[in-house]
Amino acid sequence: MENERTYHFKKTLEKKERFVGGHRLCAGCGAGIAVRGVLRALREEDRAVVGNATGCLEVSSFLYPYTAYEDSYIHTAFESAGASLSGVEAAYNALKRKGKVKGEVKFITFGGDGGTYDIGFQSLSGAMERGHDLTYVCYDNEAYMNTGIQRSSSTPRFARATTSPVGTVAPGKKQNKKNLTEIIAAHHVPYVAQTTFLGNFRDLYTKAQKAIYTPGPSFLNIMAPCPRGWEYPAEKLPEICKLAVETCVWPLFEVIDGVWHLSYEPKNKRPVEEYLRLQGRFRHMFKPGNEWMIEDVQQNVDENWEKLLAKCQG
Amino acid sequence: MNYNERLSGNEAIAFAMKQIDPDVMAAFPITPSTEIPQYFAQYVADGEVNTEFVPVESEHSSMSACIGAEAAGARAVTATSSAGLALMYEMMYVAASSRLPITLACVNRALTGPININNDHSDSMGIRDAGWIQIYAENNQEAYDNFLQAMPIGEHPSVRLPVMICQDGFITSHALENIVLLDTDSVKAFVGEYQPENYLLKAENPLAIGPYDLGCHYMEHKVQQAEAMKAAKARILEVAAQFEAVTGRKYGLFEAYRMEDAEVALVLIGSSAGTAKVTVDQLRQQGVKAGLIKIRVFRPFPAEELAQALKNVKAVAIMDKAESFSANGGPLFSEVRGALYDLEPRPRTVGYVYGLGGRDITPDHFHGVFDRLRAIADGGELGPVYTHLGQRG
Repeated sequence: MENERTYHFKKTLEKKERFVGGHRLCAGCGAGIAVRGVLRALREEDRAVVGNATGCLEVSSFLYPYTAYEDSYIHTAFESAGASLSGVEAAYNALKRKGKVKGEVKFITFGGDGGTYDIGFQSLSGAMERGHDLTYVCYDNEAYMNTGIQRSSSTPRFARATTSPVGTVAPGKKQNKKNLTEIIAAHHVPYVAQTTFLGNFRDLYTKAQKAIYTPGPSFLNIMAPCPRGWEYPAEKLPEICKLAVETCVWPLFEVIDGVWHLSYEPKNKRPVEEYLRLQGRFRHMFKPGNEWMIEDVQQNVDENWEKLLAKCQG
Repeated sequence: MNYNERLSGNEAIAFAMKQIDPDVMAAFPITPSTEIPQYFAQYVADGEVNTEFVPVESEHSSMSACIGAEAAGARAVTATSSAGLALMYEMMYVAASSRLPITLACVNRALTGPININNDHSDSMGIRDAGWIQIYAENNQEAYDNFLQAMPIGEHPSVRLPVMICQDGFITSHALENIVLLDTDSVKAFVGEYQPENYLLKAENPLAIGPYDLGCHYMEHKVQQAEAMKAAKARILEVAAQFEAVTGRKYGLFEAYRMEDAEVALVLIGSSAGTAKVTVDQLRQQGVKAGLIKIRVFRPFPAEELAQALKNVKAVAIMDKAESFSANGGPLFSEVRGALYDLEPRPRTVGYVYGLGGRDITPDHFHGVFDRLRAIADGGELGPVYTHLGQRG
């Protein structure tokens, strides 16, 4: 298995694609990149069953009778990705014990932040607590994009969404983003990590590989921007992801058997303004008189970063 | 080989599950079905079954896990009641439309509002149109026998639909009765192995389940589902015949009790049939041509067969142990009455809603109903067709 040192970008790209073209996701969408990147971390000889919560990914990647997945795939409902894959994994254990299934099969399920932070939260928590050998991947695009950019508990403070609009008396979403990665880490599962799309994808690839091949439940939270909801031109996606990390808005870390590890510490932490400015959903924050919003976000990011550093040093 | 045992309805179901030894059971506690996963968890703990037991965090997840397991190629079972079934509502449709023959032991209990743990049929009646086969039991023996027939029915290639085996909460689920059990080898031989054609874990042919269906396919899929439900009727009778060959116990789509020459009759579901049979016997001793139809299979609905069985009856009372708040009678009333519409001459029908939240029904109640039916049969007024029975005041 590759690790951070032996990772070879070109070699990973030579692996057979398991999430193939022809799906209907938007140009510049993070969801497809997340799925392709995570599934690439599977060993070529291993089979997988891919799960999916209802959302953009599901309706774009499995329109009857076409599937974008080379592996077996199951979608049941919005809030049930964790539970459904629990059932698949339980079936595998039973059938393997009875000699009816042979070979290694890995279980990976994808949900957006709506299906993961919100409506599927209970089912995810249950799957983590029961200890199924599966990987839950959240492609976090910080709102209900499939239904038209409604706010979720993952939507960051001040972001404009269709159910947290900016108005004469409302500054966009009022609440801070839920820290789901930390909540799942509190389930004391063997592997939890946060990543996004950066450079040669080493961070995502190695974390996906650890998540998939660590026995027991694992959780991967991938910041996966949405051009429609975040309002950016498709080609700006890598820059937004990079700035999310460089501003510490979306820090990269792992929690392995309860021990916190920082994956990357920016040499010069960039001001959040640089990240916010690239996205139309934060446009109102740059109007005269709204400087306090940017200050508020900066303060929140700084506090969370310090807390994370303390956890990783502790 | 048959042998006698004294078991509650819940024990009988748990024991049937143990004999079948399914691949996966996912379940969540709720009164009065909760004993079933409790007994089963003990079988797992004692190594008496080879099942993966998934103690989920909600009924929504138990149905979701059963869907995942059955789709993966395993035989999955669950048990629930009342609010638990209501929480599964969304996933019940997913299970049926994905054509996954999951077996659910439903221990019927009133739906909340106000909370009530006792028996009526509002839970399974509320979900009657989800695409599941529904089979109801009068007593522990029937609950056990029906459960053994569920998989041979649901898993058959002509059907491939999930099956609910219903029994009355507490009245059946918690009451001990002497019942006749089949030995485990005979159960295994009767139920057979689950051999799906396509499943997620099939190495040579990956499968995708749960697509987004556009308008150009959705209706075709629904028609296929409807055709499967129609085909289920023949399969249910085929399995019943096979079961009779093994056990000597005869089952149909419904039980017609003293209906040969009946002029007045009741149609109802579940444990109340015992009380109703006593009433029918008493009336027969008095020379009254009374009869009873006890519905066993509500989905698929045996409309033609009911029309045939009731064609010579003058007046029928159709009795729902569930409110549907239609302001026009319960679901059984609507469907049975509809089934009789084309008969000439057409029996006169009245509907009763009774037994809600465990309200007891006695022979006196049934005598009152038969008195009314006899008056109608003799040319009397039909009167209101939607009334409640057994309430105070």
